[in-house]
Amino acid sequence: MSFNKISPLLVLLVAVISAGCGKTETQVVQPKDTDELVVKIGASAPLTGPQAHIGKDNENGTRMAIDDANAKGVTIAGKKVRFELLSEDDQTDPKAATIVAQKLVDAKVNGVIGHLNSGTTIPASRIYSDNGIPQISPSATAVAYTAQGYKTAFRVMANDAQQGKVLGEYATKNLGAKKIAVLDDRTAYGQGIADEFVKAAQASGAEIVSRQYTTDKAIDFASVLTSIKGKHPDLVFFGGMDPQGAPMVKQLRALGMKTQFLMGDGGYTPKLIENAGAAAEGTYASLPGVPLDKMQGGRDFSTRYEAQFKQPIQLYAPYCYDAVNVMIAAMQQAGSAEPAKYLPLLGKVVHDGVTAKIAFDEKGDLKGGAITMYQVRQGKWQAVETMGGTAPVAAH
Amino acid sequence: MDILFQQIVNGLVQGSVYALVALGYTMVYGILGLINFAHGEVVMVGAMVALTVLQILLAAALSSVLAVLCSLMVAVAACMALGYGIERVAYRPLRNAPRLAPLITAIGVSIVLQNLAMMIWGREYHAFPMPFSNGLHELGGAIITDVQIAIVLIALLMMAGLMLLIHRSRFGRSMRAVAENPSAAALMGVDINRVISATFMLGSALAAVAGFMVSANYGIVHYYMGFMLGLKAFTAAVLGGIGNLRGAMLGGVVLGLIESLGAGYIGDLSGGFFGSNYQDVFAFFVLIAVLVFRPSGLLGERVAERA
Repeated sequence: MSFNKISPLLVLLVAVISAGCGKTETQVVQPKDTDELVVKIGASAPLTGPQAHIGKDNENGTRMAIDDANAKGVTIAGKKVRFELLSEDDQTDPKAATIVAQKLVDAKVNGVIGHLNSGTTIPASRIYSDNGIPQISPSATAVAYTAQGYKTAFRVMANDAQQGKVLGEYATKNLGAKKIAVLDDRTAYGQGIADEFVKAAQASGAEIVSRQYTTDKAIDFASVLTSIKGKHPDLVFFGGMDPQGAPMVKQLRALGMKTQFLMGDGGYTPKLIENAGAAAEGTYASLPGVPLDKMQGGRDFSTRYEAQFKQPIQLYAPYCYDAVNVMIAAMQQAGSAEPAKYLPLLGKVVHDGVTAKIAFDEKGDLKGGAITMYQVRQGKWQAVETMGGTAPVAAH
Repeated sequence: MDILFQQIVNGLVQGSVYALVALGYTMVYGILGLINFAHGEVVMVGAMVALTVLQILLAAALSSVLAVLCSLMVAVAACMALGYGIERVAYRPLRNAPRLAPLITAIGVSIVLQNLAMMIWGREYHAFPMPFSNGLHELGGAIITDVQIAIVLIALLMMAGLMLLIHRSRFGRSMRAVAENPSAAALMGVDINRVISATFMLGSALAAVAGFMVSANYGIVHYYMGFMLGLKAFTAAVLGGIGNLRGAMLGGVVLGLIESLGAGYIGDLSGGFFGSNYQDVFAFFVLIAVLVFRPSGLLGERVAERA
């Protein structure tokens, strides 16, 4: 048989394997005690792939809240409650996210904490909404998520419109950028935050000299960055997550470019510094909320997190922790863990969380979220300034 | 102009890596007529092993040159053992089976290796430590780093060495003989099994070096890094003419250049309609175009040439 004859087969096989990679992780549900109420909390984030470390961090934050609630002994309508975590891997893939969502719905979860990315949260939110399952995303920031009009969709983080605006203004006013190059990873999150950034930067008088795109799987940016270099920007903004951010800033410096490098919340991780090494120095990133050590109970949370999981917080674990607690608070107020019964109260709950005082507006967005800018200094993220929010906090 | 030159430099660096990996595909195809789809994973295992050894040696405060050389050597040895093992377990029992069977075991091995790596090294991105300061050099307006210079030079050296080995040594002669006609070679006293095992080991050694190179260049290693790299190197091998050694080298470099120039200019040329996020598409566009219009590749599959 010649190569010609097997070549179509090859193409087919490649297609099959690229479609079929991936697996799920499911927590085994333990046998139930009869006199206690079992409440299943679904959680979903990427547990495999480039963002697995952030996804695992989300799962840890959720697990910690659930362990705490079980240890504390929560009662709903006089019945002792045992919370169970059902964690699913959505692989940052919108298709997989809908499958995972259906799986959680079929498992009759009482509520969902997730997903991590806007790109997975949005398609999954429809399935939760159709089945009346309350969903709180700890980290999806795309405006579109809560703009769909679903009563079940909530988030405990400032959205891209708020964050992109702050970033755009920070780049032009505080960093004095006049010519800006913008890259994004074409995910709902990356694209959303980059578009909002562009709007705000242009409104403050900066010129967008280059608008480039990559994917959330790429690690080679040499040609894109070379093309950007030809436009001589004084600031490069990347809307995306740390698996791309780290090699990107590294390759940016390897091309001899000394421009400022700015990212949204997807860049604010210890992993970015670890993977980019010395090239990370001077990188800016934002994160909705006040710095962890300024959060009420933030330091305590981070100590306990490190004790339990033997690693530092990556990114959104405190937000997941709060999301679970908001959900539990609503269940307690409603006196029921039935989605239909506690959902109306979820929008009204005011919860003193680790990250902020959490209350939702009529869309399910976080009310008055503060946003903090961080910079890598001597190999560590340092808070530079906190903007917006109900009570602005001046960081060091 | 210096931007164009920079894109060419980027393409050459990327292309050298593709070429090294493509050689592994093409050598195996030349001898067995089999596409070893697990080859990309061998690159990944090489990078992972190098990472672990490098971390241990650097922690033990060994001098950085020694640490890098040792980790590279351990990675090469590990990959050669792996290549040998893959052939023994997944291909030798199926040598006379229909063509589809070894293709499927190849994909099976690829998935097994990926998942094993995920279990051993975890699923996150690891930073690949480079104990040297990576200096920048200006070359006619283009910037090239020390690591990138090393990549191009080492790739050239390895390819020259491979050509010498295949065309000048006794072992190379038996490889060419097996490629041309296995049964006749066996009758002439060539130990076919030994030659095939050695071919797998040789290809895997090149893959280990390539794995080390990409990791040092990007500073990042992860368990599925071999998948896309493997597919692209396979494309490079097909582009050059699969089974043809010079074709694999040419195909690698050409593919690197196509990708780099394509991703660099597609945004400007299409007025922003297509962006550089289509970078990976170029390789597969090339693959389809070659398969449709010139399945024998740029240099063709010259039977006497292949090894």
